[in-house]
Amino acid sequence: MSELSKAERMKLPRQAMPEQKPDIRKVNFKEVPHGYTPEQAMAEASRCIECKKPKCIAGCPVEVDIPGFIRLVMDGKFAEASRKIKETNSLPAICGRVCPQEEQCEVVCTLAKKFTPVAIGNLERFVADYERDNNLTELPEIAPPTGKKVAIVGSGPAGLTVAGDLIKLGHQVTIFEALHKPGGVLVYGIPEFRLPKEIVKAEVDYLKQMGVEVKTSHIVGKLDTIDELFDQDYDAIFIGTGAGLPNFMRIPGENLNGVYSANEYLTRSNLMKAYDFPNADTPIARGKNVAVLGGGNTAMDAVRTALRLGAENAYIIYRRSQVEMPARAAEIHHAEEEGIQFLLLTNPVRFIGNGEGRVERMECIRMELGEPDDSGRCRPVPIEGSNFEIEVDTVVVAIGNSSNPLVPRTTPGMDTNKWGNILVNEETMESSRPGVFAGGDIVTGGATVILAAGAGKKAARAIHEYVMNKE
Amino acid sequence: MVKVLEHYHLGENNYKIVFEVPELVKKAQPGQFVVLRISEEGERIPMSIGDMDPEKGSLTVIYQVIGKTTALMATLKPGEHIMDCVGPLGNPSHVDKKGKYMVIGGGIGIAPVHPAAKKARENGNEVFGIIGARTKDLLFFEDEMRKACDHLYVCTDDGSYGEKGFVTDVLKRLIDEGNKPDFILAIGPVPMMKAVCATSKPYDIETWVSVNPIMIDGTGMCGACRVSVGGITKFGCVDGPDFDGHLLDFDELTSRLRMYHQMEKESMEQFEKKQPCYIGLKESSKKSA
Ligand SMILES: Cc1cc2nc3c(=O)[nH]c(=O)nc-3n(C[C@H](O)[C@H](O)[C@H](O)COP(=O)(O)OP(=O)(O)OC[C@H]3O[C@@H](n4cnc5c(N)ncnc54)[C@H](O)[C@@H]3O)c2cc1C
Ligand SMILES: Cc1cc2nc3c(=O)[nH]c(=O)nc-3n(C[C@H](O)[C@H](O)[C@H](O)COP(=O)(O)OP(=O)(O)OC[C@H]3O[C@@H](n4cnc5c(N)ncnc54)[C@H](O)[C@@H]3O)c2cc1C
Ligand code: SF4
Ligand code: FES
Repeated sequence: MSELSKAERMKLPRQAMPEQKPDIRKVNFKEVPHGYTPEQAMAEASRCIECKKPKCIAGCPVEVDIPGFIRLVMDGKFAEASRKIKETNSLPAICGRVCPQEEQCEVVCTLAKKFTPVAIGNLERFVADYERDNNLTELPEIAPPTGKKVAIVGSGPAGLTVAGDLIKLGHQVTIFEALHKPGGVLVYGIPEFRLPKEIVKAEVDYLKQMGVEVKTSHIVGKLDTIDELFDQDYDAIFIGTGAGLPNFMRIPGENLNGVYSANEYLTRSNLMKAYDFPNADTPIARGKNVAVLGGGNTAMDAVRTALRLGAENAYIIYRRSQVEMPARAAEIHHAEEEGIQFLLLTNPVRFIGNGEGRVERMECIRMELGEPDDSGRCRPVPIEGSNFEIEVDTVVVAIGNSSNPLVPRTTPGMDTNKWGNILVNEETMESSRPGVFAGGDIVTGGATVILAAGAGKKAARAIHEYVMNKE
Repeated sequence: MVKVLEHYHLGENNYKIVFEVPELVKKAQPGQFVVLRISEEGERIPMSIGDMDPEKGSLTVIYQVIGKTTALMATLKPGEHIMDCVGPLGNPSHVDKKGKYMVIGGGIGIAPVHPAAKKARENGNEVFGIIGARTKDLLFFEDEMRKACDHLYVCTDDGSYGEKGFVTDVLKRLIDEGNKPDFILAIGPVPMMKAVCATSKPYDIETWVSVNPIMIDGTGMCGACRVSVGGITKFGCVDGPDFDGHLLDFDELTSRLRMYHQMEKESMEQFEKKQPCYIGLKESSKKSA
């Protein structure tokens, strides 16, 4: 295909992702897209015109050599392509599935101006899956032991990235994770139909094979503090505890049965496998009329989970309009295809019980968009007198998370901002406590997998320098 | 994996189990709890710390079989393992110097008041203990509590042991006799804690209770454990488990605990079908705790 001219290559149609049909997938928890075939991947790769100044690289938060890996795909060197990505991003199978490519690399792709952008995310996913499924994952060379010990608190994408980078440099690395399974939001938050847990497990197993020690059910701040970890001869500590504290609406009736935080709802379904109740022991409400409040990825995950748990009506209730929704475009599209009902410019006012403590209805108010607010998005303003009620038996509040204060509160000398996010030097990710580094959602507030992984990369470089320069 | 060191049947549905968790007991304080996971597909269930021995590295939990997970736990034999024991979670109980410090333990709630009583006494309080249960067979820790308290009162609803009556009857009598406590820590079934608060309120006695809402992680991540205290939503696991009982919304707590009743029944029925004689310890057990 490379005989085609640039102009001809640009005009090739973007390869559609093969996926489960909406009416089939909305009743199962299996992954929605099937992934490209090798032929499709090569055809898609051949659309890339290998720009001299590739805008896609600049659009990627960790600057993956996108045309470089796509070139390898074009040549059929799939495992090599995956290794190319791993030079800067250790989690391609995950990022290919969950990154908002339409806001990062694909939106700025040269082809996007006139045609459709190269399907960078789909290709990333393909090469990583190819490498893993064909057992082509190679253990990297591990530097001779440095005798330095690093503790990592939290096993989300930030912590996993730091662990991978530091173990390769010859340090002894231990991850402490509060939950019983490692992976952070990747295991407890993002559902199987979007990110199979087997993939996260493979990433963690890979780290273990390289020698990373993973201690689950170990809560730092409870079982031991940061100071006590230093007493156990750790030379440096990385904190990647995420933004795990759910926000609520603070409106009447919120403690009625049937009103969940998205964290609870998704944790029950994903981590505890409540969708398989009673084979798994943890129960979850199988609502008929389920309303999910919010417009981010979390809200889309919750509402699509509700559908798969048998909801007849599954609503997204969002106070702005669709353009302001922070969710990935692909997820909104998938949700629409599956029959999710979007009640936009709508905000709940109160939840109404059935007299036995269970939510039965919800009063909402219509909104209109006013002046832009601090976030640059138009501020939603309630339209007086537009109140109406809808029937609901399950409500999931997905309006964001705050940072968990457990570690900051037990670590004297480590400064946080007013939201409890750890303050760091942006070059090194070091906090105000020497030797304590932090990255991911605990620093930024709820953000993305790739930003967390990128922060982990930066921190790993700085931690390496720090421990090697220590006496 | 966490090893079971000892396991006894105490009477009716009550059991005492001892786990080997050397790191955890070094940190554990009275009033805190742990979250257990017995099997791979199992639920995460919170359990109060009933006793701890930092030297042996052991932690005691007293539990009541009421559903699938506790029934499964009852089948464990010493030497076997459970998946996880996470903690210590929650805030320690108030055990600082109050003067006349009273603990009231009802039923399974006798377990968590025991370490609190010990500690409160160490801190120089005159400790009054009231323990009660429906019937004699459900009482435990009497000897331990006698050691932990300066004065111990025992009662049963049916009069089969100790005084006949409720813990609140004893409380009222003690107040009337001029032994009004300066502080009460009451732990037990929700109706009991509510009754203690109703009794102590007119006398303006500071009364704290330990809540037992449904939990998952126990670290502030899910919000399943929401309770209302003075009209404000708190998380039972990280803001509690002890709260000012005069401000707590007991009715909401009761209602929230009922959320999954139907499904829990289903789960238990399925379990009993598969494992008809699950209470393996019944015969071979030692009676004393
Ligand atoms: C439902 C949902 C869907 C999302 N979808 C997307 C998406 O499609 N694309 C995208 O890019 N981003 C998405 N995000 C955001 C993304 O998942 C996060 O930005 C990212 O996971 C943050 O990574 P992290 O490593 O900072 O922390 P987390 O992934 O939050 O991991 C933190 C870990 O630390 C552990 N921990 C916390 N406190 C302690 C302690 N004291 N001791 C030990 N361990 C502790 C936690 O248990 C957790 O496992 C989504 C988030 C959610 C909730
Ligand atoms: C902080 C705290 C301390 C506790 N301490 C003790 C103790 O020392 N001894 C003891 O016997 N029990 C204690 N409990 C209650 C104990 O957790 C439940 O009895 C147990 O989870 C029941 O599980 P099951 O599967 O056997 O029963 P199920 O059939 O699942 O449930 C029976 C009832 O137990 C409650 N329950 C169910 N799941 C949970 C859960 N995940 N978290 C909390 N409650 C739940 C509900 O009210 C439910 O209706 C405590 C609870 C909390 C929150
Ligand atoms: S911008 Fe698009 S076409 Fe250009 S190198 Fe990147 S992926 Fe290829
Ligand atoms: S148990 Fe999850 S927040 Fe309290």
